[in-house]
Amino acid sequence: MSSSKVDFGKLSFKNPVVMASGTFGFGKEYGEIYDVSKLGGISTKGITLEKRAGNKGIRVWETPSGMMNSVGLENPGVQGFLEDEARHLSELDTRVIVNVSGSRTEDYAETVKRIETTPFDIVELNISCPNVKSGGMAFGTNADSAYGIVSEIRKSTHKMLMVKLSPNVGDIAEIASACVSAGADAISLINTVQAMAVDIYSRKIIFDNTYAGLSGPAVRPIALRMVHQVAKAVDVPIMGMGGITSGEDAISFIMAGASCVQIGTANFMDLRAGIRIVDEIEAFMDRENVKTISQITGIL
Amino acid sequence: MSKILYNNRLAENIYEIGVEGSFKGAMGQFYMVRAWEEYPVLSRPLSIHDLEEGKIVFLYRVCGEGTKIISRKKAGDEISLEGPYGNGFPTAKGRIALVGGGLGTAPLRLAAKTIWNLNPEKLDIYLGYAQEDINSNRFSKYADSINIDIGGYVTDMLDPSDYDIIFACGPEPMMEVLTRKAQGTSAKIFISMEKRMACGIGACLVCTCSTKYGNKKTCKDGPVFAGEDVFPDELKQG
Repeated sequence: MSSSKVDFGKLSFKNPVVMASGTFGFGKEYGEIYDVSKLGGISTKGITLEKRAGNKGIRVWETPSGMMNSVGLENPGVQGFLEDEARHLSELDTRVIVNVSGSRTEDYAETVKRIETTPFDIVELNISCPNVKSGGMAFGTNADSAYGIVSEIRKSTHKMLMVKLSPNVGDIAEIASACVSAGADAISLINTVQAMAVDIYSRKIIFDNTYAGLSGPAVRPIALRMVHQVAKAVDVPIMGMGGITSGEDAISFIMAGASCVQIGTANFMDLRAGIRIVDEIEAFMDRENVKTISQITGIL
Repeated sequence: MSKILYNNRLAENIYEIGVEGSFKGAMGQFYMVRAWEEYPVLSRPLSIHDLEEGKIVFLYRVCGEGTKIISRKKAGDEISLEGPYGNGFPTAKGRIALVGGGLGTAPLRLAAKTIWNLNPEKLDIYLGYAQEDINSNRFSKYADSINIDIGGYVTDMLDPSDYDIIFACGPEPMMEVLTRKAQGTSAKIFISMEKRMACGIGACLVCTCSTKYGNKKTCKDGPVFAGEDVFPDELKQG
């Protein structure tokens, strides 16, 4: 069996399969289903400076080949994360990425400073959440504001800084380039696609927050295109995501330029999707005589 | 994958499905049910209706694409069940009432059986249906009395002060009314909530239930909650 160990900048992952933020909690629940140390990594639920209760009303809605969510960054806050989740995560034999979100630059900076002493190597800066009223995606939808926040956060951490991009933009390559110029060590993409649903009988919008985030296989071709565009524009490693449900899907993102991939909605379609996708990637490598992931990264 | 033993239509859009296998579970818990490969993306949370040696039973209403697919499955077809999940009804002793509204009767059959086998002082069952009696015969072995309301308010049929414990499942307004009625009486009321779910195991936070102790996960902390936690007094005043 091939090894799918992969280098990601100065770090390495035992395989390129990382669980996407918001779909995997802090790893505890899935840890009761399977051995999460078989995964390449886990990106935590988005952490904000203060605890957040998230959005009211309906939070999930299905669409053809996908789903929309409007959780609104419900999380225990950085203090709750440090007290209740960090220790358990530090004991896992998989790479942990701390996803950080916020509504003001200084809040992001403070959150990042507070996790500086944790043993986790990567901060994923979420400047792309479509489900919060202030901040979130607004930071990631133009190159100047993205440059501004990334350069500020760069001063607050020595960890690998990975910026998670929104697809709800005109030129994603320009924004990725701005993030790298501002000091980002890596880029992850895509966050969810801003979307909407209507109940025509009650004549009301489904989500209290009006719009929600679309994910799943419905967005995969868009995500793949954006990963390819960003890979052509920057020379930092990329974590690609958007509707990946199989090893074959993951390989297509790797060929388009991603060194690692993240798995989100697929976790709901199949609780064991993460480890299945690792196996499928390695089976592909065996079949196609691929020795290392880097051999096929960004070949398109 | 497990084999479907039967999938019977009980009333318009209402089905009872039996699946072969030695499944675990307690009253009020649920399974994530899937009768397709990829789409729709989400599995369907169905509470355990009954559990016997070699068989599990679910009662469901066809209300969307997923349940429509399940309803078309036949004996011998395969279906995937993940579970049991959730925090079900607590062990109950004394004078007990079960109150179900429509499809809210789903988790109450296993509850009735479980409680009946513990020799309660009294077990009365109240079933409310909008149009027709769909399944009261399923409860007849496990109750001192079965009280049926069609088209009215099942909550009008009982006086909570006659009971120590009430388990209820049905439309939220029904459970809220019952919780209010039980306030200040000897009865402790537990309700089973229904929310849209994605992971089913407490990781994704889409099935949040607002309680007086803050957000709770319907799939993991619930689906059974103390009525007063979900419908506290101050909400009535506010």
